Amino acid sequence: MSLDSKIPQGEMDKKWTDYKGHVKLVNPANKRKLEVIVVGTGLAGASAAAALGELGYKVKAFCFQDSPRRAHSIAAQGGINAAKNYQNDGDSVFRLFYDTVKGGDYRAREANVHRLAEVSAAIIDQCVAQGVPFAREYGGLLSNRSFGGTQVQRTFYAAGQTGQQLLLGAYSALERQVALGNVTQYSRHEMLDVVMIDGKTRGIIARDLVSGKLERHFGHAVLLCTGGYGNVFYLSTNAMGSNVTAAWKAHKKGAFFGNPCFTQIHPTCIPVSGDHQSKLTLMSESLRNDGRIWVPKAKDDKRKAVDIPEEERDYYLERRYPAFGNLVPRDVASRAAKERCDEGYGVGTTKMAVYLDFADAIKRYGKIEAGKQGNHSPDDATVISLGKAVVEEKYGNLFEMYEKITGENPYEMPMRIYPAVHYTMGGLWVDYELQTTVPGLYALGEANFSDHGANRLGASALMQGLADGYFVIPYTLGNYLADEIATKSIPITHPAFEETERAVSERINKLMSIQGNQTVESFHKRLGKIMWDKCGMARNAKGLQEAITEIQQLKKEFWSDVKIPGEINEMNPELDKAGRVADFIELGELMCLDALNRNESCGGHFREESQTEDGEAKRDDANYSYVAAWEYKNESDWQLVKEPLNFEIVKPTQRSYK
Amino acid sequence: MEHYMMNLTLKVWKQKNSTTKGSFETYPVKDISSEMSFLEMFDVLNEQLIRDGKDPIAFDHDCREGICGMCSMYINGRAHGPWTKNTTCQLHMRAFKDGDTIVVEPWRASAFPVIKDLMVDRTAFDRIIQAGGYISVNTGNAVDANAIPIDKKDADDAFMAAACIGCGACVATCKNSSAMLFVSAKVSQLALLPQGEPERESRVLNMVAQMDKEGFGNCTNTYACEAECPKGISVSNIARMNREYLKAGLSTED
Repeated sequence: MSLDSKIPQGEMDKKWTDYKGHVKLVNPANKRKLEVIVVGTGLAGASAAAALGELGYKVKAFCFQDSPRRAHSIAAQGGINAAKNYQNDGDSVFRLFYDTVKGGDYRAREANVHRLAEVSAAIIDQCVAQGVPFAREYGGLLSNRSFGGTQVQRTFYAAGQTGQQLLLGAYSALERQVALGNVTQYSRHEMLDVVMIDGKTRGIIARDLVSGKLERHFGHAVLLCTGGYGNVFYLSTNAMGSNVTAAWKAHKKGAFFGNPCFTQIHPTCIPVSGDHQSKLTLMSESLRNDGRIWVPKAKDDKRKAVDIPEEERDYYLERRYPAFGNLVPRDVASRAAKERCDEGYGVGTTKMAVYLDFADAIKRYGKIEAGKQGNHSPDDATVISLGKAVVEEKYGNLFEMYEKITGENPYEMPMRIYPAVHYTMGGLWVDYELQTTVPGLYALGEANFSDHGANRLGASALMQGLADGYFVIPYTLGNYLADEIATKSIPITHPAFEETERAVSERINKLMSIQGNQTVESFHKRLGKIMWDKCGMARNAKGLQEAITEIQQLKKEFWSDVKIPGEINEMNPELDKAGRVADFIELGELMCLDALNRNESCGGHFREESQTEDGEAKRDDANYSYVAAWEYKNESDWQLVKEPLNFEIVKPTQRSYK
Repeated sequence: MEHYMMNLTLKVWKQKNSTTKGSFETYPVKDISSEMSFLEMFDVLNEQLIRDGKDPIAFDHDCREGICGMCSMYINGRAHGPWTKNTTCQLHMRAFKDGDTIVVEPWRASAFPVIKDLMVDRTAFDRIIQAGGYISVNTGNAVDANAIPIDKKDADDAFMAAACIGCGACVATCKNSSAMLFVSAKVSQLALLPQGEPERESRVLNMVAQMDKEGFGNCTNTYACEAECPKGISVSNIARMNREYLKAGLSTED
């Protein structure tokens, strides 16, 4: 099978406008008869469900949490990009497009990225209209800050809680549609399979997590807005419940998986403190606006950070990348931290950490504030106290979060940070319309592969989630549903529903019948360790081959020795988790296979065999300028289908931030 | 931080489902590091229970970084435990010492029925938002984001109110099980912004009506909600909502 990405003809900056101008429409009377299932209620899902409800479709929205407002988009901290150019600093749709394609190390599809940049400005307008309280300047206008991989200030933010505010905006729009009767909400529900009839997606099987009962739901189309799969590594910045199950079920029903090995390791997270660790916490990239990253120049320096004089510190990002300094993209910053720690310059008890230091920023802001008050020769104490207040206003909640976890005060001593799994650029393969290779099945937000290539720039995930939900799917879905207006609702007694439910039920029974000796958690931890060690920040052919064998072995062990307590027809969080871990194990194998196939380094995917003399990622455009889309054939058996990437506008070069 | 190990006794509320009666069960837990989070201590206990063939304790949790609002434990008589401005998932074991007994209960409120053990049903909060916690603006209707300048103080105050995570600690803490802090935070956020103006009166009336319908109690100004709110939402929001409610009641004809 070859892939049709359905990229519209014409000039890059006209494609989306032309598409919208010629796309098929569904009249309001017919919209009322068309049912759409949205799985997941993060930024992509909540915005899609709300926008489609507004248009008049009959929508069902599912989430596994107790309320749509809890989806993990809520935890995004730093901000959302938009090409508004409010700062008059040279930003434009083209710049945002260019930065995103370059930031993704030339592995994203240009047409999708251009559309993302085009709709970015409308997202900010929409959110402000909903009452999202973005940060403002004294004149009452919106404030911006910088993020990595760009040289303009295009990031809109609400302190360190931007994701929360945007999600609550989308959630309020969604709840309004629930009140109007256009959307029905199913919380504490998990999708466990896609129902196919005559080659088209016609619904889902979901499990009510409170009663444990399976339910059948019909839809003319199904939208998967189920986020990323970073929890395959066990430790990540994802929420505990974040999982790949919905996307994986879709994959096994024929949806190709795009670039599964593209994982983002975020450079600034709170380091692991011990074996008990259940998750990792991000310290927003926005901190790199003001924080300086360093390690001691001497190996195994036992002094406290404050006792190490300036000339004995190595500000290694500023040294290696003078043009971008501390604001290099995430993949570059993560690898640089790993390099220093591997060489023995790490700090803290585990030596697997570097410093993120605000002392300079506090002094700089303190002097400015003192100046504003007419005090042009302030003493040190005044400067520091004024400076701390400014830093607190900008990053207060992040500093508090750090102190709660570590028990250390980051205003007094530098934070210790280390990279951690954060986001997955890979996901279900979708065409320009966000449709997977299965008709009627769509993937939005982090769940799809399309916009970030091999590395996502900071503050772009929120942008993509809302772009897909508010401004892309309302057009592209209509293009499919216009041909479905004659399809009546299919009763859930249809044999396809019965058959799919039976298969889901059998799998649950099988899991529960094993009654072995090892807990679900212990399997998840072991999978995570294999993935982190061999498919993490640095990968090589030998390690990946070993990982595949180890994962296959782990899978056998899981299905013969896992121990799940409780019953099927009741609230049973261990059973929920078991199903998710079983899917993660299968996904882990595919990620290693994809990483093994891609014998080049690009973005977050670093193959040790493919690097420049100074240790930077070395792409191989001649052989790997494609999207690797994997078709599921059978157990441990996938077929690789390539979507070639043609760069009409941004010509791939060696990415340089020096 | 220097870390230390401890052995503890946990007394935890166990309840099979919403229709059965619950009771406290006692669990000894050993070798807990002061660096663990409170929920990681529960993970350790649950792993042990599963290995021993016993029923693990069900509790709500998701982001484990204090923002999703899912975790909801009432620890030693306080919502989210002994630290102020803190969620259960952010509580760390250095708050306790070797030999301590810790009592853990679910949120207690008739509007939040127990689902299992420490999990409660908070969908009443969703229904209150459905009653009016939004601005009616369809996608694509918006004017340029900078078309309406907003006073920085109003924007900041709206943001402070919008920081509510909807966890329900305010309800669990209040002796009347009042949801006034939750409802007033949303009413305040939207009343402070010009975008919220057109629906200002109907919003407060409808949200308060829904709050009453759900069976939440009245506010008697003890301020316990503010003291225990993990996000430090101020009771001044309740005062603002009362003004909004009064004003709306006076000026609405129907």
